[in-house]
Amino acid sequence: MNAIEAGHLIKRFGTVTAVNDISLTVREGEIFGFLGPNGAGKTTTMRMLTGVLMPDTGTVLINGIDIHRHPLDAKMQMGVIPESSTVYGDLSAEQNLHLSGKMYGMPRALREERVDEILSQMGLSEKRHTLVRTFSKGMKQRVSIACAIIHRPRILFLDEPTSGLDVQSRRLVIETIHTMNEQGSTIFLTTHNIEEANTLCQMVCIIHKGKIVAQDSPERLKKMFDTTQSVEVSFDRAVTRDLFVAEGILRAEPCGDKWRLYTDNPDKVLKYLVGRAECESIGITSLTTSGPSLEEAFVQLTECA
Amino acid sequence: MMEIPLFLRGILVITGKNMRLYYTKPPVLMFGLLFPLFMFFAFFVGRHLDLITFFPAFLAMMLFFTASSVGPLITPWEKREKTYERLLSYPVTQDSIILGDVAAGAIFGVGISLLVWIVSTLFIPVAITNIGLFALAFILGTLSCSTLGVLLASPASGSPPNVMIFSNLIRFPLIFISGIFVPLAQMQGLGLTLAFCSPLTYLVDLFNAAISGTSVFSPLVDCGVLIGVSAGFILAARVIQKRNLMKGM
Repeated sequence: MNAIEAGHLIKRFGTVTAVNDISLTVREGEIFGFLGPNGAGKTTTMRMLTGVLMPDTGTVLINGIDIHRHPLDAKMQMGVIPESSTVYGDLSAEQNLHLSGKMYGMPRALREERVDEILSQMGLSEKRHTLVRTFSKGMKQRVSIACAIIHRPRILFLDEPTSGLDVQSRRLVIETIHTMNEQGSTIFLTTHNIEEANTLCQMVCIIHKGKIVAQDSPERLKKMFDTTQSVEVSFDRAVTRDLFVAEGILRAEPCGDKWRLYTDNPDKVLKYLVGRAECESIGITSLTTSGPSLEEAFVQLTECA
Repeated sequence: MMEIPLFLRGILVITGKNMRLYYTKPPVLMFGLLFPLFMFFAFFVGRHLDLITFFPAFLAMMLFFTASSVGPLITPWEKREKTYERLLSYPVTQDSIILGDVAAGAIFGVGISLLVWIVSTLFIPVAITNIGLFALAFILGTLSCSTLGVLLASPASGSPPNVMIFSNLIRFPLIFISGIFVPLAQMQGLGLTLAFCSPLTYLVDLFNAAISGTSVFSPLVDCGVLIGVSAGFILAARVIQKRNLMKGM
């Protein structure tokens, strides 16, 4: 059975069409990445899928339940982590979790057991009685995630869950996503972090200007653009972009202390770089080539559309 | 049909959450508790008025301010704190949220006004003519005032101060045209016409009927109007809140 089925979703705000005829299917047990640039319609789509917002037209089925006809039954199936760390600052971490458990109708004994378990899993046991408003952003996000998974949802929706988090908190979020998925939950993840989608997701859908421009596995999406590869090079001294004006180099971008060169002929570019460096007496400190990236697919898809 | 228990549970949990989080917020304490007390002191104390005659009006004013002070705060506060979206993602609907807000306002109104009534009876010998009508006045009064409070929060953005200012702009004039400071029987002309338009008038009248046994309208009319405006306020809040769902989110 499909965990999520959305058909022909349209949402307009005044004259702006935020989501324009989107249909998508997420299989049970899948980690599904919903990628798009800022303002593409990711959050609006997720709000429609989670029953927060009514679409102008279209249907959403959650585990076969129509969310607009039976919103409460459908919402019982899911846990949602909205974009901001939306927890009650005037409640402690433990009180937030209890409130969440009550919302899902969990009996007190089960709630207490799960609260202990999740607080420990999220590394918040020592702070369980502290008011959430005193927490850092990462800690608030951990409480937010804990609130969404307390009832072990069959589907977990996450909107930009790692945005603005420190490394430890981000790792914890990703670990939680993996754990939930291993336990059988379907994951719907909206993000503009392409690397995150590449490493986490089995399926990726790219949305741009309210429309889906591609939907496939990350590897197949990359292969759609397999003519483009990249060469990363760094030198022992600063160079200008002029150095990379040569046949075979499609584009050159500074990338920290390196340059990333896009090419359809890496062999030719490598030979050129070695020859030019020798000629100009510049030392090459590192040189790597890589195949097509999801980022490249994303950029091309969202630029073409 | 399967969703009715879920719906009712949602209302209960939201009511509990509102009671825990919002009863002690400064705007609620200020406009729901202190303000009606100050109004009482300003208008009734030291002016040689018959407190027994004005007691029903004072009680109605207390109920009005307390029950209508919680509603305007909740939605704007939740939108500002970004908890409203999470709330909507729980197994609740916007209707459960509205009814939970109404219930929290009503419980606050009943609780504080009952306390004020009990304490007042220690100092003012007020006899109740019709206890059943008195209880009905409490129930319908608190319902109509808390639904008004929720309606006042409906154009909400994520700014609680703006909504509190707007709600006071509506609430304050009502106490001057509803037979609280000038008894309804002494009103005439435009004042009387305006009084007929205020739901608070019918609450004051119902308390008068219950406490002193005298009223301008029949208690049936008072009850009918209070039930009607409560239903109207809830329906209007429902429509406006649905339209303004994304505002401040």
